[in-house]
Amino acid sequence: MTLELSLNQQPAHARQGSSIGQPLTRRDGFLKVTGAARYAADNHPPGMLYAVLAVSSIARGRVAALDVEAAKAHHGVVEVMTPKNRPALAADPDAKDHPFMFRLDLLQNDQVRYPNQSIAVVIAETLEAATEGAALLSPRYESLPARVGLDGAESFVPRGVGIGSPAVHHKGDVEVGLKSAKTRIEATYETPAQYHNAMEPHAIVVAWDGDRLSIDTPSQGLAMAQGRIAGLFGIAPENIHIRSPFLGGGFGSKGMISGPQVLGILAARLVGRPVKLVLRREQMYGPVGHRAPTRQTLRMGMDGEGRLTAIDHHARTASSTFDDFFEPAADASHTLYASPAIATSHDAVRLDTGTPLFMRAPGEATGSIALESAIDEAAHACGMDPLEFRLRNYAEVEPMTGKPFSSKALRECYRQAAETFGWASRPLQPRLMRDADGFLTGWGMGTATFPAIMFQAEAHAVLRADGSGLMETGAQDMGQGAWTAFAQIAADGLGLDIDRVEFRAGSSDLPNAGIAGGSGHTATAGMAIHNAGAAVIARLADLATGNEASPLFGAGNEGVLARGGRLYRRDDESRGESYAEILTRAGLTEIEGHGKGAPDPASQETYAKHAHGAVFAEVKVDPDFGQIRVTRLVGAFAAGRVINPRLVRSQYYGGMIWGISFALHEEAITDRRSGRIQNANLAEYHVPVNADVPSVEALLVHEDDPYVNALGIKGVGEIGITGTAGAVANAVWHATGVRPRRFPIRIEDLLG
Amino acid sequence: MTSLPITLTINGHRHELEVDPRVTLLDLLRERLDLTGTKKGCDRGQCGACTVLVEGKRINSCLALAVSHDGANVLTIEGVAHGEELHPVQAAFIAHDGFQCGFCTPGQIMSTLGLIAEGQAGDDPERIREGLSGNICRCAAYGGIVEAVLEAQQQLAKADRRTAA
Repeated sequence: MTLELSLNQQPAHARQGSSIGQPLTRRDGFLKVTGAARYAADNHPPGMLYAVLAVSSIARGRVAALDVEAAKAHHGVVEVMTPKNRPALAADPDAKDHPFMFRLDLLQNDQVRYPNQSIAVVIAETLEAATEGAALLSPRYESLPARVGLDGAESFVPRGVGIGSPAVHHKGDVEVGLKSAKTRIEATYETPAQYHNAMEPHAIVVAWDGDRLSIDTPSQGLAMAQGRIAGLFGIAPENIHIRSPFLGGGFGSKGMISGPQVLGILAARLVGRPVKLVLRREQMYGPVGHRAPTRQTLRMGMDGEGRLTAIDHHARTASSTFDDFFEPAADASHTLYASPAIATSHDAVRLDTGTPLFMRAPGEATGSIALESAIDEAAHACGMDPLEFRLRNYAEVEPMTGKPFSSKALRECYRQAAETFGWASRPLQPRLMRDADGFLTGWGMGTATFPAIMFQAEAHAVLRADGSGLMETGAQDMGQGAWTAFAQIAADGLGLDIDRVEFRAGSSDLPNAGIAGGSGHTATAGMAIHNAGAAVIARLADLATGNEASPLFGAGNEGVLARGGRLYRRDDESRGESYAEILTRAGLTEIEGHGKGAPDPASQETYAKHAHGAVFAEVKVDPDFGQIRVTRLVGAFAAGRVINPRLVRSQYYGGMIWGISFALHEEAITDRRSGRIQNANLAEYHVPVNADVPSVEALLVHEDDPYVNALGIKGVGEIGITGTAGAVANAVWHATGVRPRRFPIRIEDLLG
Repeated sequence: MTSLPITLTINGHRHELEVDPRVTLLDLLRERLDLTGTKKGCDRGQCGACTVLVEGKRINSCLALAVSHDGANVLTIEGVAHGEELHPVQAAFIAHDGFQCGFCTPGQIMSTLGLIAEGQAGDDPERIREGLSGNICRCAAYGGIVEAVLEAQQQLAKADRRTAA
């Protein structure tokens, strides 16, 4: 028998002995520091062959010829898969049944629509033979001129941006607001294309058994991947078993199954043997998504007291020629600063690139660096301290919708971070601070925000007669700490010590845990786990309270507490008995319960739900060479309940360092003639290394939110990048007096 | 491709191998010897995920052809702990949350062992940051890594003093 319910139990934090809130070290730590954690590409089923992609070196055109014979003649090459012999699919990879279905390049024809698109797959006995075989294909192309850059094609207004947000949005009249303003600013900022560059390249190890599929591949959304593969191959989803116990980073690029992963499955079908396909680093710059470039223009008006009268935020972005993803950058202006008039708008061009996708804080990060820079410019135009200006325009309700916030401890974030940083002694004017070595020193700040999103998830709980518990959900750990945080929530929900709980995740044969994305995984799958725990405990309580032999007889389901493997009477904790005693008396070896996690539609309508934070940055700039170093970062974040402060801090650090990277490092450079990415490697596409990262401090600001979900969780994975990128840019202005208007900030922009 | 005979001692075990001369040390470890703890992040010496110690010195195993290390002593992440007993560097990485996704971690740990052996790190965080900047961590667990290296060095120094005494 199973139960499905969501009990209104006491909030987790109110219980004694809860593992929630404990700074446990990672439960997968031992595996990860010994090299025993098995990532997708570490698998090697018997008889496995190696598949290597050949990818396009042009941006647009068609493949005129491939020397398949030369490749096949190479010792060890077993087969070459091209559009001519690629096994049939049950669905058109160019079909788009819903907005989350992205078009894939699966050798459906000889057309090339972006650089690094797959044009063939070479399958061989060894990796070396497959690699050499791919080189021997020596493709010849008929190429067309590449459409490059934000002015590279005719612009249009997309039907929607991000996940179904309107491209154009307004409240009040910004032109009226600007006209009535005493002070006005207008500025245009450019952000580049960025690539996720998870350390683990996308990899897949596939074995077919009839129409059953066994797959090892990193996935941020196992059930979605399973459904997509099922549709493409015309087989039942339950015939597809995907294992993804560890992702070597995802950041959004492993949210949807990508074309190369599906090509691995096709290759295995073609040769009738297991196949491993791993992308080379340079092959990750195309078919697995990226953050689209933007050009954003902000206009703001302020009255005599520094109050905003209007915010107008326009963003130009780019998608591919064949699919739709539009970075919702201007939407960043919907939630942070109060203004009687706000307008946001987007337009876009279609370029010969792979389709852009979700990349850590999609829209929020790009929008934030422009908005926070513009707010800094506005504060300066009003002669105000940037923190004072932000407090003057503090949003008591969500500016665009007028909804109250479910909770918002942003004032406390400003206060704690400013105090820790020492902001009060900052001179208002730029270029006034130097350190002992003569470096120009600047202090800047930014506000961080990210929506508290939930998806749908399920979990399955079991209590066993030996007093142990099991919690199952197909959750995905991409480094955020799912193995640990979910085990903590499971232990809490089951009323067991964490060492008595077996937690299973990372596999598609477990209940659907939804997607690890949108900073919503802990809230969503966490609530499913919490509710599954409540369901099985309710079942256990029924057994005890309904049995005359139990000291809990007659207490009623609401009258008992679960803790440490025992049920107690709420009104008399000296009376209780162990789970094992209850189950043994009932003659049961185990009982189970199911739980779901999902957003509450009523509170979605009523409240604006966001996490908030404040970030302060110090930079030092060499006055002669313009070289920039971030020397100090302090962030304070309020994101509802913290399940594990050690892991949460690490998420904030990671996000904040991505903020440094956005401001100073990352940029994919496209050759304007060929349309190819010139720096598709980790030496020339700059990401921060250890020496780039100074002292980073993240303060956890207490916040109770009774509305987001019963656990009070908002989400922490992406917020750190917002606020930080702008804070670094503003600190560079404060150090040098030069306002950065394109990112990453270049040395040459500071000289001259 | 004609295979060449080589001998390697890996984590204390001697291996007599016939190797295609194109095979890198990294691919030999991962694809032929099932030592998959060492990771491939870029295959061109830019990320450090494949760091191993050869004759006690840290190298990018993706840039090393296996045949050019005939006779060498190799230490990989699998050879660092003694069974369940972690090396102080490994324990410190866990204690200081010096990783998130864990993919770069074997390389970070091998690089740390190399750095400590070089005697260059000392107790200066800035030198540690510089010395480990060949190992990219996209999750950016850099702060925890530096704390872990500092603590591990203290632990190792204490152990050395005990041994000396």
